[in-house]
Amino acid sequence: MAVEEQRLILKYADEPSYTNDIECYIKHGGYEDLKKAIQMKPEDICKEVLDSGVRGRGGAGFPAGMKWKFLDRKSGKPIYLICNADESEPGTFKDRQIIHKDPHQLIEGMMISAFAIQAKLAFIYIRGEFFEGYKILERAIEEARSKNLLGDNILGSGYSCDIIVHRGAGAYICGEETGLIESLEGKRANPRIKPPYFPAALGLYQCPTIVNNVETLCDVKHIIAMGAKAFSEIGTPGNVGTRIWCVSGHVQKPGYYEFPCAAITLGELIYDVCGGLLPGKKLKAVIPGGSSSKILRADERFKGKLKDGTEFDWGIEDIPMDFDSLAAVGSMSGSGGVIIMDDSTDMVEALANINYFYAHESCGQCTPCREGVPWMKKITTRMCSGNAREEDPQMLINIADQIAGRTICAFGEAASWPVQSFVSKFRDEFEAKAKEQELLKKQGLETSKETTLI
Amino acid sequence: MIQIELGERVTITVDGKEHSVPKGVNVIEAMNAIGKEKEVPHYCYHPKLSVVGNCRMCLVEVGNPMRNRETGEAVLDEEGKPKIAWIPKPVIGCSTIVSEGMHIQTNSPNVQECRNGVTEFLLINHPLDCPICDQAGECRLQEFSAEHGRGYSRFKEEKNVKPKRTRLGPRVTLDDERCILCSRCIRFSQEIAKDDVLGFVDRGTYSTLTCFPGKELSNNYSLNTVDICPVGALTSTDFRFKMRVWFLKRTTSICTESSVGSNTTVWSREGKIYRITPRRNDDVNDTWMTDSGRNLFKAYESEDRLNAYLVDGISKSLDDAIAASTALLGEGFVGILGSAHSSIEEQFLLNQIARKTNAQVDLVSSIGTGDGILLSEDRSPNLRGALINGLIDRVPTAHPEKLSKAIKDGSIKTLVVFNEDLEVLNLPMKTLKESVEIIYFGNTKNNTSDLAKVVFPSLSVFEKSGSFVNQNFRLQKFNKAIPGPFGIVSEVQVLTSVLNHLGGSADEGSGAGLEELWNQIANEIDLLRGIEWSKISDLGIQLDGSKFDSLEFFETENLKFKPKLQENAV
Repeated sequence: MAVEEQRLILKYADEPSYTNDIECYIKHGGYEDLKKAIQMKPEDICKEVLDSGVRGRGGAGFPAGMKWKFLDRKSGKPIYLICNADESEPGTFKDRQIIHKDPHQLIEGMMISAFAIQAKLAFIYIRGEFFEGYKILERAIEEARSKNLLGDNILGSGYSCDIIVHRGAGAYICGEETGLIESLEGKRANPRIKPPYFPAALGLYQCPTIVNNVETLCDVKHIIAMGAKAFSEIGTPGNVGTRIWCVSGHVQKPGYYEFPCAAITLGELIYDVCGGLLPGKKLKAVIPGGSSSKILRADERFKGKLKDGTEFDWGIEDIPMDFDSLAAVGSMSGSGGVIIMDDSTDMVEALANINYFYAHESCGQCTPCREGVPWMKKITTRMCSGNAREEDPQMLINIADQIAGRTICAFGEAASWPVQSFVSKFRDEFEAKAKEQELLKKQGLETSKETTLI
Repeated sequence: MIQIELGERVTITVDGKEHSVPKGVNVIEAMNAIGKEKEVPHYCYHPKLSVVGNCRMCLVEVGNPMRNRETGEAVLDEEGKPKIAWIPKPVIGCSTIVSEGMHIQTNSPNVQECRNGVTEFLLINHPLDCPICDQAGECRLQEFSAEHGRGYSRFKEEKNVKPKRTRLGPRVTLDDERCILCSRCIRFSQEIAKDDVLGFVDRGTYSTLTCFPGKELSNNYSLNTVDICPVGALTSTDFRFKMRVWFLKRTTSICTESSVGSNTTVWSREGKIYRITPRRNDDVNDTWMTDSGRNLFKAYESEDRLNAYLVDGISKSLDDAIAASTALLGEGFVGILGSAHSSIEEQFLLNQIARKTNAQVDLVSSIGTGDGILLSEDRSPNLRGALINGLIDRVPTAHPEKLSKAIKDGSIKTLVVFNEDLEVLNLPMKTLKESVEIIYFGNTKNNTSDLAKVVFPSLSVFEKSGSFVNQNFRLQKFNKAIPGPFGIVSEVQVLTSVLNHLGGSADEGSGAGLEELWNQIANEIDLLRGIEWSKISDLGIQLDGSKFDSLEFFETENLKFKPKLQENAV
C-alpha cells in the first residue's frame, strides 16, 4: 500500500513549474494571508496561533503560541523576531528545502508572526554553509520589499518591520536559541543561563525576543490561511499540523516527506514511503528525530501509556509519527531527522561517529559538556581503533549520566542521549567488541578494520 | 553589608532547617549569610563579577512551595505543611535568587553526585602537577577534589595538551593546562579593569585562554586576575616558584599607594615579604588592588635604606640622637614639615611636639594621576588623618610656601622633616644649609638626610603598626608584618621620647604599645573620641568627615569615592 503524502508547507515546492521568485509565489495565492493578517488585531493572531496548538518544529516541540505569550511586553523595549534557520542537527534537511524552494512562504510567515508579536525587527539566522539559501533569501526579501510586503509601512498598515539575514559562523551550538542570540550579537555562541536570560524577556540585546524554527513560522501562515480550528484538525489533538520527515540512511528512497502528524507509522514511512530497506537487509535501528534523539531498536516492544491514558503495545513499525508517541516510546520527534540503520551497521562505529560530532561541536563553556563529551568520544574512538575494554560500555553510561541535566543548555542532553540509548540497547554489541578484539590480539591479528569517522 | 542587614528578608529552608536571609541574594550569598559558606562549592562565581554559571559546581536542588493555580493559595500536605514542588533538574546556586519559602538541598545524594561528576571532569585534562604548582595550598580545585574527587582516575585516554608558559603581560604568566575556563579573569578585565584583552580561542575541550592578538594584559590591575583564578593557571610572574603559600605568615595591612587605602594582606616569612594581596572590604576596595601597590614593599629592600641613627653624619645610639634633637627643639624657632604618609599616631605626637615648641607646621601634597578605580590622585595614605589631628587645617599645596617664607626671614632655626627631599620642594637651600639645623625622619638616603644634623631612620608600613584615615574618612589599621632594620625603633617611640624630654606627658610605651597612646588620642581628638585601639576591626571604622566637606580634595570619582564638591577638579 502506497501512502500518499499530504503536503502543506512543501505543497508546491516540487512542482516542476514552481520557481522561488515572488511572481510565482503570488500566482499561487501567496501573500494573501499577510494581507489578511494585517487587517486583524495582533493579539487575535497570537490567539489563533495559541488556539491552533502548533508546536515548535525545531526540536523541543514547545507550543509556539505559548512561547509568544511569555513575551515581556511591559518592559517597553523593542521586540525582536528571529527565524532559526541554523538547521544543524545531523539527519535534518527540511529548512533548507523550504528556503531554497519556497522562500517567500517563510517571509510571509515571518511577517505575519512579526506583526502578531509587534516585532520591531526580524532576523533570519541562516546556517553559514547555506550560502545558496542566503542568496535566495536576500533576493526574495528584495522582491518582497519592492512590493511593500516588508519594510516601512507594510501595505499601508502603518506597521513597519524589516528582515535581516545573518549568516552563522558554522557551529552546531548556534542553533541553540540563546547561543544563536549571542552569535547574532557578534559574540561566541555560548548559550546563556536560564534563568535569568529567557529570550522572551532578555533576548537579543537584552530585549524580548522570539526565536522560531523555519517550519514553525511557515505553519503560522497556514494557521492564518485556514484558521486555528481547521489547522488543529490536521493530525491529532496535541500533535497538530503536518511535519516534514527527513529520512536518511539505509532506505531505498531517502528524502523529505510531509505528512500530517500521526498520519503514518514509522513502518509505513520506511517501507511504503521510502521503499523499504536495501535488498537483503533487515532493519536494525532507527534514530527518529535527529542524531540527538534516543535510538529505537528494531526488535524492541514499546509498552506504556500515552498522555491521554490509552495503553499501547507497539513494535517499532507501529509507532505513529508524532510528538507524543515518539516521546512515549522514550525518544523524541526532535527536528524530524529520521535515520534508518540496517543490519550492516556497526553500532559502536555509529555511536563513535555521533560522539565525534558532539565532541567537536561542544562550545566549551560549561564543564560537564566540555570535558565529558570529548571523553565519550575518546572512548568510542578507541573502541573502533581496536583497543576496546570490557568496562567501556558502563563507563560511557556513567559519563553520559554525569552530563545530562547538569549543563547550561540542552547540548548536554543532546550529546548524552545517544550514548545512553546506544549503549543500553546494544550493550551486547559493545561488550562483544572488547572480547572480539581481545581474541584477535591473542591470535596476533589486526584488531580493527579501517573506519573513517565523519 | 549594612544595607543588606536593613533590607527585606525572606525565610528559606536549607537542608531541613529554616533560616532568615536577605531578599534578592543568590543561593551562594544566602549560604554565606547563614554561615554555611562551605556548603555550596563554586569556581566561576565571584561576588564582585557578573554571573555566568559555567563551572556547574554549585548545583543544588531547589523547590518552591506549590500554589493552587486558580486560587493562588499554598498547597498543604497531610501534616499541614506547604507542599514543595522540587525542580526536576538541579539548578546552579549562583544564578538562583532565593525567594520566600524556598527549599534548598545542599547535600542530597543527587547534589553530591553532581559535584563528584564536575570534579572528575575538571580533573581528567588537568595536569595534576600540584607538587610544583604555586596555587597548591590555596587552590579551589585541590580543595574540592579532596572532598568530591574519587582518589583515582577512570580516565584512560590521552590528556589534552595546551600551552604551559604563556606570557600574558609583564606580570602574569599563564599555564593553560591548569585552566578550568571559569572566565573570572575575562570578566574581571571587562567589568572592573575596563581593559578587554582576554578571551577564549578554539572550541570545546580545546578552548584556550589567551590575549587578543597584539594585546597584552598589562593594565595596573592585572595581578587581580591571579588572585581570583581559582586554580594555578594565572600566576604572578614575580611570585611564581618562589615560596609555598603555607609557609607564609599573613598580616593584615593597608596599601599606602594612595588615599584609597586598599585593604591588604602581607605574606611574609622570616622577615621577608613575598607578596601582597588585596583583602576584601566592600566599603573600600571590594576584592581588588593595584599592581603598583603590590610592589611597594620592594622599595624598602633597597641599598639606600637608612639603618642607623646619625648625629652630624656619625652613627650614634638612639638616646644620643634623641638628646641631640631635644636640645635643638628646646631652642625654639622650630619648623615642622610633616607628612601625609605618617600614621595617625605619628601625626598626633608630632602635633603635640609642635604645640610644645610653638612650631610652624606645614605639609606638602603628593599628587599623581588617578585611574578612577583604586588609584586616587592623592598619593598619600593619610591626608585626612593630618586634618583630623589638626596638624593642618587646609589641603596642602605642592610647595610649603609658608615654611619657605619663614625660613627665608630667619624665623626658623630647626626644621623637622618627614620623608621629604627639601631640594625638590623649592625651599631656600642656601639659607637651609647655612643657618638651619635639620632633624630628618625617613626611610632612605637623600639630599636632605645628607644635610641633616640628626637622622632617624623610619620604619616602613610593613614594619610597624598604626592607622590611616582614607579618602572616605575610614579609620583603618595596619599591623607589623616583619621586623625593621636591626636596632631601629618606630617613629612613635622616638617621638614619644622626644616629647617626654621636652616635658610632655605622653606615655612612654614600647613600639607596639599603641593601646595607651590611643587612650590619649581618643581623649583629645574630636573625631576619634571614644575609639579604642583594640576596637578598630580589620575592616576599619567609618568616621564622620562632614566637617571637612568644604575642602577641595584632590580625588576625583573612583570605585568607592564621590567628591563632595563637584567642581573639585584637579
